[in-house]
Amino acid sequence: MSSIALNHYLWVSGLLFALGIAGVIGRRNALVIFMALEMNLNAANLALVAFSKFNKIVDGQVFVFFIIAIAAAEVAVGLAIIVALYRRKQTVSVDELNSMRL
Amino acid sequence: MNLLAAITTQLGAWGERPICSVWVTLFAPLAAAGLITLFTQRWKGLSAALSIGAILLGFVLSVRLFIALAFRGQHHSPHMFQWLVVGNSVRIEFGMTTDPLAILMLLVVTGVGSAIHIYSLGYMKGDPGFSRYFACMSLFTFSMLGIVIANNFIQIFIFWELVGVSSYLLIGFWFEKPSAAEAGKKAFLVNRIGDFGMMLGILLLWSYAGTFNFVELQTKLPSLGLSSTTLALIGGLIFCGAVGKSAQVPLHVWLPDAMEGPTPVSALIHAATMVAAGVYMLCRVSFVILPSEAALTLIAWIGGITALMAATIAIAQNDIKRILAYSTLSQLGYMVMAVGLGGTTAAMFHLTTHAFFKALLFLGAGSVIVAMHHEQDIWKMGGLWRKAPITFATFLIGTLALAGVPPLSGFYSKDEILLLAKDHSAPLFIIGTFTAFLTAYYMGREVFAVFFGNPRDDHAYEHAHESPWVMTLPLVFLAALSVVAGWYSKVPHFLGAPHEVEHHSWMLTLGLILVPLFGFLVAAKIYWKDKPSDAPVKAALGPIWTLLQNKYYIDELYLWIVKYVQGTIATLCELFDRWVLQRLGIGGLAGTTSEAGKTLRLLQTGNIQSYAFLFGLGVTVIIYYVVVR
Repeated sequence: MSSIALNHYLWVSGLLFALGIAGVIGRRNALVIFMALEMNLNAANLALVAFSKFNKIVDGQVFVFFIIAIAAAEVAVGLAIIVALYRRKQTVSVDELNSMRL
Repeated sequence: MNLLAAITTQLGAWGERPICSVWVTLFAPLAAAGLITLFTQRWKGLSAALSIGAILLGFVLSVRLFIALAFRGQHHSPHMFQWLVVGNSVRIEFGMTTDPLAILMLLVVTGVGSAIHIYSLGYMKGDPGFSRYFACMSLFTFSMLGIVIANNFIQIFIFWELVGVSSYLLIGFWFEKPSAAEAGKKAFLVNRIGDFGMMLGILLLWSYAGTFNFVELQTKLPSLGLSSTTLALIGGLIFCGAVGKSAQVPLHVWLPDAMEGPTPVSALIHAATMVAAGVYMLCRVSFVILPSEAALTLIAWIGGITALMAATIAIAQNDIKRILAYSTLSQLGYMVMAVGLGGTTAAMFHLTTHAFFKALLFLGAGSVIVAMHHEQDIWKMGGLWRKAPITFATFLIGTLALAGVPPLSGFYSKDEILLLAKDHSAPLFIIGTFTAFLTAYYMGREVFAVFFGNPRDDHAYEHAHESPWVMTLPLVFLAALSVVAGWYSKVPHFLGAPHEVEHHSWMLTLGLILVPLFGFLVAAKIYWKDKPSDAPVKAALGPIWTLLQNKYYIDELYLWIVKYVQGTIATLCELFDRWVLQRLGIGGLAGTTSEAGKTLRLLQTGNIQSYAFLFGLGVTVIIYYVVVR
């Protein structure tokens, strides 16, 4: 069995990140954009864990725990904002949420 | 009595310590000015007492110093303290000079000043600005004494400007009168022109010598090996200050207008002391001027031209004070000419005697003006000798002294200058002699018109009266000085110079005596009448008379220059400022910025996703460059 090298992890992480970015840029639904953002975070997490594993240093894994914890809090706030936005505007499409535009 | 004795003892003690007494002489008037301005505005008598007390104290101390120096030969080492040190090269001291030149000038300033201060009591009586007047007078005295004792250029320049300020305050004393306010402004501005030149001269001298101190400069200057051009430039620039302050051509225009001030002010500042400061300064720094032949020639000719021009203008004026003002110009011209001919001693001698008799003449004119209820036109006076005998007698003495009739003081000092001119420059001697003739002529005209003949204005004549004793007493005091000042032939020797003039034949002396007498004779021929008038002279001179009466149109010329030359330059500058600087410079910069902002604003779509796209793109590019390249 050919062992899985660090590069493979990094490629997957990069791919995940690219997908996340594509989602953020391409989608119009705020909720989906939010999910894509989470994907970005997790891509970073994956890279960190991979580095941690291959370098035999646990710092990266500790860091990932922090990110997951913070992300949970962030999700709670972000979803609350989106819900509040929907209650007010009856939409979560970012094309229609343009009241701050000049 | 005890108090008096204590004061006398104290004064005696000061006299023994000359350094103290000079400082007291200098700062007493300043203290008086300060006290009057701050505390005693409302008590007029007290204000006057403070001011007069300060200058009298100075006078007494100066007399003591003079006696100590002249008769006991006590020389005092100069005293100074460091005032300001900037870096390694600029040291400015506040010091004093107590050489004979300074002591003589101290005596003149405080002596004439005392007489005029006392006279002012009568002249300014009932004026609402009585206290302010005395405060200004004291400020002036302080500034003038500061010039006299200054031992370096910076100090002399500071007091020089202070004198200008107090002159401005006093010319414009009746500031509610527009002409007085204008005259004050004019005097100040015209003086600034000269002072600017003087400042340049001082700085230029300093850039070569590295010191402002007179004594150091005097010893250092010959060893510097400056070129004659540099020396001429320095001398000429410093002379600029004297041209302004001593009202020499072409900056003479302010002095006649300065007659708008109260008459005692004209006597003290614009006849006896301040205008003489220019001459004094030239004598003080003669070591800068004497080495340069070109500067000396310039000074001598400016003086000669001023003397002649002012005297010719004086013969066609009608205002009692303006005639005297032009006469002052003319006499200052003599002094400056003497300096230019290398005769600083002769200049100081004439300055001293002139201070006495010109102050006397102005105070006499003031007495006449008061007697005539503030009428200054000589053609509205006449026959006043009966009404104001003391004024008349003293005025006559002043006139004779000014004209140079022996044995009055003016004869000795003016002869000194004329003989000096004869030794050095024939044209200047002719100018000087002709001016002497004109001097006698115009003073004769004034005396005959004011004091003799029938009164032209009967009503005013009826009410004319002799002035109170506070006014006549100074007149008598000054008249006495005008008579005797020339006899003290030690004055030139006192100043320490060898006799500058060679001995001359008695023929020449006789000729110089006859010149003023001839002038009086001509004046008498024309104006010794019941109803004197200018008509015969006017007919004889024709257009020249108009020219003289309008003072050679110099004021008009200056107005024209200011209006067209300066006005054009100002308009051009204004256009440049408005169109190039404001529109193109400031407006252009602001316009470019705001237009750029407006254009760039279009890039802001407000769409977060497009921002995110651009952001991602940017990051990718950076990563590409960092990682791959």
